[in-house]
Amino acid sequence: MFSKYKDRDLVRRAAEIIAKVTGGDPLRIMHVCGTHEWAITHNGLRDLLPTNVQVVAGPGCPVCVTAGGEIDALCGLSLDRGVVVTTFGDVIRVPGARSSLAEAKASGGDIRMVYSLSDAIRMAELEPGKDFVHFAIGFETTAPTTAIEIIRGPPGNFSVFSSHKLIPPAMEYLLRSGARIDGFICPGHVSTIIGARAYKDLAKYSKPMAVAGFEPLDIMLAILNIAIQRRRGTAKVYNEYARAVRDSGNEVALRVMKKAFRICDADWRGIGIIPGSGLRLREEYSSYEAAEKYGIAVESGDEMPQGCSCGDVLLGSVRAEECPLFGRECTPERPVGPCMVSIEGTCAIAFKYSDRGLRTRRP
Amino acid sequence: MCLAVPGRVTKIDGEKAEVDISGIRREASLALVSDQGIKVGDYVLVHTGYAITKLDEAEAEEILRAWEDVAAAERDG
Ligand code: SF4
Repeated sequence: MFSKYKDRDLVRRAAEIIAKVTGGDPLRIMHVCGTHEWAITHNGLRDLLPTNVQVVAGPGCPVCVTAGGEIDALCGLSLDRGVVVTTFGDVIRVPGARSSLAEAKASGGDIRMVYSLSDAIRMAELEPGKDFVHFAIGFETTAPTTAIEIIRGPPGNFSVFSSHKLIPPAMEYLLRSGARIDGFICPGHVSTIIGARAYKDLAKYSKPMAVAGFEPLDIMLAILNIAIQRRRGTAKVYNEYARAVRDSGNEVALRVMKKAFRICDADWRGIGIIPGSGLRLREEYSSYEAAEKYGIAVESGDEMPQGCSCGDVLLGSVRAEECPLFGRECTPERPVGPCMVSIEGTCAIAFKYSDRGLRTRRP
Repeated sequence: MCLAVPGRVTKIDGEKAEVDISGIRREASLALVSDQGIKVGDYVLVHTGYAITKLDEAEAEEILRAWEDVAAAERDG
């Protein structure tokens, strides 16, 4: 099923039409999704596109934009207060401003990786004598899973540190900051929740947008649509991923998010505070909000590790390979910055498919 | 993190489903798609243990048909 979206001949044909439609005019498209970056690099799509069409990665990796101060706070909770910290895979290795959760674990902190939030809640149920805090990161794709579990009332020894972030405010921030973007590929999985209509508020910036899936043809068709819109001078939201994304999104998920969360400002690592781009639990659920339960105040404005260009990489203004540390001091085995840690980080993806990555990659 | 993988629903027991994700069976919660009428045999996208949307075959065909038209127009025009 859906195999046509992987068809190389169709992908090549789409690339040819993109070349024809753009006629050599420069077109700079940004996507804001780590999985899109992976799909584009893995399938070698940049090599198929005409040289006038550039596709750059924006801040689409939730692990990469998690503030270093928050990681430090979670390390402190586990080491100083004996709290069990649960979280999703790659966050554990991200360097905070002081240390990573992996380092805290090595110093005796009880830090556990979970596949799903429900696994973390099950652990808290099985060990009622311990306090559990789940480090809840992720965009709109993940936030509803937190919302629904909190509404259902997990045990009292469980809480979440809510670091969920919202994508449309980040896109707006980039547009307002004057970054050179001619169009957006909107994130597929985030859009299954918020719906294609969530981007309509960005229409005032007059940039064509296309919601795309993750097969090579999905991405090519999104680029083609943006190219055609640009030629015609339109700036609509085209839903290429209609098999998964409805215009109104996932209404159950949106309802539980609205019920559990209030919108707040959020600190995006390497970028700064983006107004209205974060989610915190509402007051009626504050006993489940670890920041309140343990009185944690996170200072914002931490810097990236020295010499790391992640901030510019996240804004799409510097390519991973252009960072002087890329592949030398900074590799997936010994990451300097967050973008080299996560499997969705732009630097980690670039490394995996680079010459240096090929040479050092283990069989 | 935002990774979601497609799978085919093989069993439903209340809110819990068993989903076949490229040959591997995993449990997934249907709590967030309770209004999408998920049946055994449907395809869903699964993210961190929760189905987040149903995948619609007819829509997939529709997009491809529309693209064939665009391709033809560009070729002829
Ligand atoms: S290569 Fe490493 S140091 Fe450079 S921007 Fe990427 S993560 Fe940061």
